[in-house]
Amino acid sequence: MIPDLGKYADAVLWSYAVSLGLLIALFVLSVMRGRKVRAEMEKVENRMMRNG
Amino acid sequence: MSIAAKANTLWEYANPRKFLATSERVLPFFWISSLVCLVVGLTWGFFFTPDDYKQGSTVKIIYLHVPASLMAINCWLMMLATSLVWLVRRHHVSALAARAAAPVGIVMTLIALATGAIWGQPMWGTWWAWDPRLTAFLILFLFYLGYVALWEAIEDSDTAADLTSVLCLVGSVFALLSRYAVNFWNQGLHQGASVMRAAAVTGADTEEKVSNIYFYPLLLCIIGFVLLFIALVLYRTGTEIRARRIKALLSRERLNG
Repeated sequence: MIPDLGKYADAVLWSYAVSLGLLIALFVLSVMRGRKVRAEMEKVENRMMRNG
Repeated sequence: MSIAAKANTLWEYANPRKFLATSERVLPFFWISSLVCLVVGLTWGFFFTPDDYKQGSTVKIIYLHVPASLMAINCWLMMLATSLVWLVRRHHVSALAARAAAPVGIVMTLIALATGAIWGQPMWGTWWAWDPRLTAFLILFLFYLGYVALWEAIEDSDTAADLTSVLCLVGSVFALLSRYAVNFWNQGLHQGASVMRAAAVTGADTEEKVSNIYFYPLLLCIIGFVLLFIALVLYRTGTEIRARRIKALLSRERLNG
């Protein structure tokens, strides 16, 4: 399925692996922090509402 | 609607609630369209374009290297614009947008540097050279790291926003140099612009240009990277706004005992 990349196969495949790995890591870390902060904000808001 | 009225409408997004409501509404479009553009563009480029007669299969690296390099520079320019808005109009959302964009810029610069080195080794016979464009990009990367470190190092968020905005102004020199360095110093290994040059695309000049076989999937990848950048910055700015609200609520809670 992978096209014949000849003698430069390592260079091409490493480029794609590094780039896609970095993009996926950035996306996952952004979403994880986003969810954590959102949950934390709801917790603090609820606590403050309960305490008036 | 007049231009002045439109500009006034834009300032409404300085309101964090308005910004969050609007960004939540548009984010699904940006996530999905960026994914579609990247999947189609990268698949087209990787599987369905021929090898270059000079560079062989390494030409396929262009679909990652060029969009990442463009976004590395444009991310800093976006941070410059939002930093200026902060310095002039003191809108917190703009300072937080710059803060949210910096890690995205770091990743884009890292991809540009890494793919450049991996591409350079078989083509130039070296992973790295102190070429004007490469050096300017490395300095831009260090500026990104310094920018993030400065935000983390200062407790008071307004002071941090002031100082990082000034750093952003200074770093803009290197963002522009990384784009135009090859024009200022006609030396080094890195080639000049061969993609985003109107005359090169239309064939009106005689300099080396990217063939349309590679250009169309590349254009799709560039659009995908731009949309992904917008999605990430909108999402991360929302996170920064919420984190700032948590800080404000906790300090209010402490004051009330």
